[in-house]
Order: sequence, then structure tokens, then C-alpha cells
Amino acid sequence: MSGTSPTPGALELAAEVRSGERSARQAVEEALERVALHDPQLHAFVTVTEESALEAADGIDRAVAQGGDPGPLAGVPIALKDNLCTRGVRTTCGSRILEHWHPPYDATVVTSLRAAGAVTIGKTNMDEFAMGSSTENSAFGPTANPWDPARVPGGSSGGSAASVASGMVPLALGSDTGGSIRQPASLCGVVGMKPTYGAVSRYGLVAFASSLDQIGPFARTVRDAAALYNVICGHDPCDSTSLPDAAAVDLAALDDGVEGRRIGVLTELVDEMAPDVAAQVRRAADVLDRAGASVVEISVPEVRYGLSAYYLIAPAEASSNLARYDGVRYGLRVDAPDVARMNAATRAAGFGPEVKRRIMLGTYALSAGYYDAYYGQAQRVRTVLIEAMGRAYGEVDALLGATSPTTAFTMGAKTDDPLSMYRSDVCTIPSNLTGAPAISVPVGSGEDGLPIGVQVLVPAYGEPLVFQVARVLEDAVLSTS
Amino acid sequence: MAHVAKLARLDLTPEELDLFTGQLASVLGHAADVAALQLGDVPPTAHPQPLANVLRPDEPRPGLDRDEVLAEAPEVDDHRFKVPRIVGEAP
Repeated sequence: MSGTSPTPGALELAAEVRSGERSARQAVEEALERVALHDPQLHAFVTVTEESALEAADGIDRAVAQGGDPGPLAGVPIALKDNLCTRGVRTTCGSRILEHWHPPYDATVVTSLRAAGAVTIGKTNMDEFAMGSSTENSAFGPTANPWDPARVPGGSSGGSAASVASGMVPLALGSDTGGSIRQPASLCGVVGMKPTYGAVSRYGLVAFASSLDQIGPFARTVRDAAALYNVICGHDPCDSTSLPDAAAVDLAALDDGVEGRRIGVLTELVDEMAPDVAAQVRRAADVLDRAGASVVEISVPEVRYGLSAYYLIAPAEASSNLARYDGVRYGLRVDAPDVARMNAATRAAGFGPEVKRRIMLGTYALSAGYYDAYYGQAQRVRTVLIEAMGRAYGEVDALLGATSPTTAFTMGAKTDDPLSMYRSDVCTIPSNLTGAPAISVPVGSGEDGLPIGVQVLVPAYGEPLVFQVARVLEDAVLSTS
Repeated sequence: MAHVAKLARLDLTPEELDLFTGQLASVLGHAADVAALQLGDVPPTAHPQPLANVLRPDEPRPGLDRDEVLAEAPEVDDHRFKVPRIVGEAP
């Protein structure tokens, strides 16, 4: 991208705003200018909230002028995936059925961001209801990859990934049900992290698959991602799956390194990947080895069952969650003489093909006669995977693997073959099924010159370590580029 | 497939039914690896964290603003959501 200077890092920007060196208004105006310049090509945003962003920025500048503390992310422009509820600001989930929906409340993360001084400048494009790996399933058109507009940015949080990768904003939030933060982060060359299930409140995150969904940060640096995680994590009484003891990470310990840490290169997430991707994982393993970690090869064959289990569990939960779009209380309604026909006509008109496909798959997997063979079996496989990963973490502190099997693919390449699209999630799904955190860090590029991220996986509550390992990898990249 | 569509309250066209029948067969075919595993004794996991019976103190708190909520409804009548006929034939 060219034409404007890239955004400074989030923490750098917040420090300048807090000290009065730069105004929040200037920071937000510059971000809005970058959006005006780049977004016509990228289509990362569904909605830009210019007016409320400038108002919020002025509020922060007044607080600074009065000697108040505007928060750790003071004046930092941020983009929100359009499945995070924003009171009075339309929240579409990339769907016609919610095209004109204005939520009557804010998601807890939105409230937390405001309290921290971050300024929401818009809502980002996504695969409809977060179902997809390319952001091509948005009812409002696809988002382009900033590195090559003919390629997808990944998905489903493709708009958030592209908004950060293009420098329009230093931070964005996404949601990750099967890899929807990490895979687009890898394809767009930014940092993307999925926290421990329950570490971040899901209150106000429009539900896709409730036992898998988790909100997490996008940033250009690991430190910024950790700072954003710190703002959004913590217990929330409004979310009954919120962990009572999820803690922020110590930013001062981010550079503690990996000396003496045991890192396992996860065979299943290396060998079956594209050669250029596998090579980058091997290179990352060498970096950690040289940094003093004890690096071993480790195989967890049960990981291979993740994809099948996920594509039964997630559609099953989705078919139940999406039953609420019935044309009664909010969203689209297509008129019909009676309620049953109104429901069916509304859903037929409001949902796109991928959402219909998953509702059909999930309804089938939950239906009488098939429930135990498909959904029940997938839940047992989930137990098997959790136990297998637990055994692996008895031997190593963290695992290393690919984030995505390939670099960004061409638009349209996988849209006619759902199974080939679903395979994009093979590396990221295990952490959702186990409820554990994982991060994707950009480490280099492939034969096609497009970004490649590697993934660091840790057990639940492993956020401090996952950021530390990621910092070592990031430092190695910075020192060679 | 028509039965599943009915369960899901989805009006699908014959073309959509055809398309999804093939595509779902391919996804379920892939899941055959999982369906074939002998896992009789393994307990199912519905949720990744061991949280149960999460309760909060029973204290009154403000709810959503009624007018704001109703403003989003497709049809409202006297502060209530209005829907078409539920029972019997349409006029």
C-alpha cells in the first residue's frame, strides 16, 4: 500500500495521545483518511462510524487536557468484526437477514475497549455469520487481500485482518470458531490470536457455535496484540461461560524468551502442508532452538480427526443458534399468510448459500436416528482430542505448526467445493475443540511472495507463554528483514 | 433432504436441495473416518471448560430499553411483537 504513512503501533500511539504529543482526533482522522484511500479497493469495512469516532476522540482529548487517564489504548483507532454488537450501530454479521439491525446493547468487549480509550472507527466485513475461510461468503461482497487484490484475505474475519494488514488501523477484533482469526492473520501477514475459551466474554458476540466461539485480537506486533488481549479479557457475569480466573498477561514479561522451554513441532501440522509453508515452520523451529528452547518433533495423530469432528459440531450448534432468525423480533421478515411460512420464507431470503448449507448439515447431524452417529460421535472425538493434546503437553510446553496449509488462494478457487474450503481450517480447529489459546505470527513469505504465519499452540490459560514464544519468532523476522 | 429443510424452517428451491444433497454427502463422507471409530466408553465433550451451574446473585438490574428493542421488530402492535396467523387457515 502507498500514499499515506502507515499507522504507528497501538501502544506507541496511545503513549503519544496520553502525553498530549498527538491528539486522539488527529489519530482518528488519519485512520479515517487511510480508510477513504484504501477501502474502495479492499472492502474491509461494512460500516465506517466516522461521526461517533471523532466524537469519542474529542472526549479523549478533553480527558487528557483535564489531566485524566484516558486508558491504555487512548486514541487508538480500532476496527470491529461485524458480529460484535454495537448499540445503535448496525451489526450485519455479513448477512442480509441482519442488514438493517441496530443492536440495543454493546458487546462487553466494546464496553471494555471504550473504557480503555480505544476508538471504534468501523465494522469489518466477514463471511456470513462467520461461516467461511475466505470472506467470500459476505452478503455485501468479498474483501481483497492487501498483498494481492485477486486473492482472498482468509476468513471469516477477513475484513479485520485486511484492515490491520493495510495499515488502516493498528488494531482490530475478530472472532475465532475454527480459525477465523488465525487463518486470515496468516494470509494477510499480521498477528492474530485466539484466547482460552472463556477468557474473553462472548456477551454481545453474535453466536455461531457457542462451545467454540472466542473473540481475539489482530495487530501488527505481538506486543500490541497482547495489550489488546489485556483490555478485553476477564470475567463477565453476563457470560455464563466466562472463566472466573482469566488474567491479563504481564507485558513486562513478553521478552522473557524461550530459554529452557520445551517446544514440540507438531508433525501433523507440518508434513501435510504446502512445501513453502512447511519450510517456514521448520525455520521457526530453528529460531526457537537457537533461542535456547529444547525443540523436539511430536506427533498427535488424533489431530487428524479434528476437521471431521468440527464440521459436525459447529454446524450442529449453528443450526440451533440460528433458529432465532425467524422474522419475529428483529432482522428481515418476508411476509407470508402464516407464521411457519413466514419463518421459512424469511430464512430462505435472508441466509446465503453457505449458511443454508451449514444449517442443513447441522440439522441433519442432530436429527433423530443420526444424532448419536454424527453429533454424539463428534463429541466423543472431542474428548479423545482433548486427552491426546493433554498428553502432548505433558512432554512439551508449547506446540508449533502451520496456521494455514497454503498462502492466500485466488478468489473463487474454492467457492464451488465446500470440503476443499473447509480443509483451510485443518491446522486451527484443534485449539477450538480443546478450548486452548493459539497465535499466528507472520514469519516470512511463500514461493508466491505472499505472507506465511506459523502457529504457536499452548494449553488453556497459556496466554503468557504463547505471547512470549510469538515474540521470539517476531524478533527473528524483524532482525532478518 | 426436503424433510431436513422442513425441520430447519428453510424454504429451499429444488436446485438448492439438489446442490446441498451432493455437497452434504461429500462432507459426511469425509466424516466417515470419525463415524467409524470405536469410542463406546468415551464420554462426550459438549463444552471445553469444566464450568457448571454458573449462577449470579438474584439482584434486579436494568434490562434492555423496551422502545429500542421494539424499534428493531418487523411489526409491532401496542408494545408487542406482531406475527401473522399461527393457528388455522389464513383468510
